[in-house]
Amino acid sequence: MSDNKSLENLVTQVRRDILRMVHKVNSGHPGGSLGCAEFLVTLYNDIMKLNDGFAMDGKEEDVFFLSNGHISPVIYSVLARRGYFPVEELNTFRLLDSRLQGHPTTHEGLPGIRIASGSLGQGMSVAIGTALTKKLNGDNHLVYSLHGDGELQEGQIWEAAMYAAGNKVDNYIATIDYNKKQIDGATDDVLPLGSLTAKFEAFGWDVLAIENGNDIQAIKDGLAEAKSRTGKGKPVCVLLHTEMGNGVDFMMHTHAWHGKAPNDEQLESALAQNPETLGDY
Amino acid sequence: MKKYTNTGNKDTRSGFGDGLTELGKTNENVVALCADLTGSLKMNAFKDNHPERFFQIGIAEANMIGIAAGMTIGGKIPFTGTFANFSTGRVYDQIRQSVAYSDKNVKICASHAGITLGEDGATHQILEDIGLMKMLPGMTVINTCDYNQTKAATLAIAEHHGPVYLRFGRPKVANFTPEDQKFEIGKAVQLTEGTDVTIVATGHLVWEALQAAETLEAAGISAEVINIHTIKPLDEEAILTSVGKTGCVVTAEEHNFLGGLGESVARTLALNTPAPQEFVATQDTFGESGTPAQLMEKYGLNAASIVKATKKVISRK
Repeated sequence: MSDNKSLENLVTQVRRDILRMVHKVNSGHPGGSLGCAEFLVTLYNDIMKLNDGFAMDGKEEDVFFLSNGHISPVIYSVLARRGYFPVEELNTFRLLDSRLQGHPTTHEGLPGIRIASGSLGQGMSVAIGTALTKKLNGDNHLVYSLHGDGELQEGQIWEAAMYAAGNKVDNYIATIDYNKKQIDGATDDVLPLGSLTAKFEAFGWDVLAIENGNDIQAIKDGLAEAKSRTGKGKPVCVLLHTEMGNGVDFMMHTHAWHGKAPNDEQLESALAQNPETLGDY
Repeated sequence: MKKYTNTGNKDTRSGFGDGLTELGKTNENVVALCADLTGSLKMNAFKDNHPERFFQIGIAEANMIGIAAGMTIGGKIPFTGTFANFSTGRVYDQIRQSVAYSDKNVKICASHAGITLGEDGATHQILEDIGLMKMLPGMTVINTCDYNQTKAATLAIAEHHGPVYLRFGRPKVANFTPEDQKFEIGKAVQLTEGTDVTIVATGHLVWEALQAAETLEAAGISAEVINIHTIKPLDEEAILTSVGKTGCVVTAEEHNFLGGLGESVARTLALNTPAPQEFVATQDTFGESGTPAQLMEKYGLNAASIVKATKKVISRK
C-alpha cells in the first residue's frame, strides 16, 4: 500500500510528464491523460498485484489494458515511473524510431503494453479474452481495463459487455473514464450515453461509481470495493467520474484539450501549477 | 503426366473440423471460438470433447476476434471459426489492430469462402478476403484445396507462432492430397511436370487445374500444375523455376483477380522474369445464388476456363 502523499507526488510528476511530452511534439492528447492520472497512478502503485519486470503472458499477476489508447501520454508516464522502461525514454514520445508511438502498441516491444489500442472499442473484448485464459490457467489474478465514455458509442463494447455478463467473467474490472466529453464536444451533444449504470446493469454487470475520480482516496476506496465484488459471478464496471484536463486550470471544464498540445506559455503556466516532485525526465 | 485419384468427395471444412478435433487431444493450449456456426464449421467434436476450451461467442464476430487476441496473453492458441465473410471483411479493423499489429497468435479459420458457398448468394460469398488478409503485415494466408490438405494445414498452423488466415469452403469436392502429406507453410506443392505452361492454382481450383491439365495433355499441351496453398508467404522460387521453364503462367483462384493469388504471382514475375499471365478468377464482380457447379461455370472458375486461359497465354508467348 502506498500513502496518499507519495501517490499525490507521483500524480504531479506524471502531469508534468504528460504536458512536456505533448508540448515537445506539438501533438497528443493531454485532456484525457490528465483526467486519468490519479486513477492510473493509484491502479499501478497501490491496487494491482504486479510481478517484477515485464512478461507478455502476464501470468500470476494482474493485467491492465488501455482501450482508449489516445491517452498514451499518461500510461507511458505511469509505466516509466513504475520502472517498466527508463523515464528518459519519455523524451522520444511520437518521434521517429520510438517505442512510444502515438498510440500504444506491442509492435516496437515497449514493456508494459500487451495490445495495440487506438481504434476504439476493442479493449474490452481483449480484456475478456485474457480473463478467460486466466480462468483456464487457474490464475486467480484480475484483469483491468480502461475505456473512454465516448468509446462506449462503439458497438463492439456492447458485444463484449453482453458476453462478459452472459459467461460470468467475474475476474474482470472495466473502468469507464466518465468525463462526459469527446472530441466534438459533450457526449450529450454528440451522442447521448443515457444512463450507463442502467445500461451495464441491464447487461448483467455489477456497477459502482467513483464520484470523485480525481481523488486518490476515493479511487482507493472505489477500487477496493470493486475488487471485493469480483469472483461473484458478474463482471464489475466502475464509473469513474473524472475531470478532463485535471490539475491544469485552463484545461479543465472544456473538451478543447482532448487532442491539443499547449504552446510555450501555456506549458509554463501548466507546469507552474504542478511543481516538480520526483524529477523531470 | 502424373495422374491423381479422387478418393471420394469431402468438404474442406470437415478437414478443418477433424484437424481441430485432433489438436484438441494433442495440444492443451488450443482453444476454439465460434460465432454461432459450430455445426457449419464442423467444430462439434472439439466442443463435445473439450467444453472448457470451447467458447460460444454468439453472433458477435468483432468480439470474437478481440477475445481471441486477449486469450493469447497467457499462452492459449485460439482458433476462431465462422464464415469467411464474417472472418475478414466484417472484422477487418479488429484483426488489423488487435491481432496483426499486436502480433497475436490467433488462427482465423474461415469456411464457406468464395462463390461455391452457393445458394446463400453474394452477401455471404466473399471474393475479396485473400486480398484483405494478405495486405496485413505479418499475416500468413493459406487457402487449402481438399479435405486432407485442410486437415494437415489445421495441424500445421498450431505449430506456427503468429497470426494465420486459413481459408476453406463449404461444398464436397475431390479429395486427392495424400493423407500423409506433411503441410509445409509457404512451400508450394508441384503436382505435375510440364513444359508448355505453368498453372498456379489455389483452393478449389487446384482440382480443376488437374482436370484441365488432362484435357490439355490430350491436345498436346504439357502443363505443370502447382498447388499454392500458402499465398503469403508466397513460394516465389517454385513459381520462378517453373515459369522459367514454361515461359507463361495461368493463375486460378476462387477470388477476385484484384487482390488475389494472381496479383501476387504477377508481382513476383514482374520483379524477376516477366512472362505472359492469364487470370482465372472472378472479374471484379459480386456473386449470386446458384449451385456451386453452376456458379463455377458462369463465373469462369472451372477446368474449361483454365483450358481456355492456357491456350490464350501460350499464344501470347
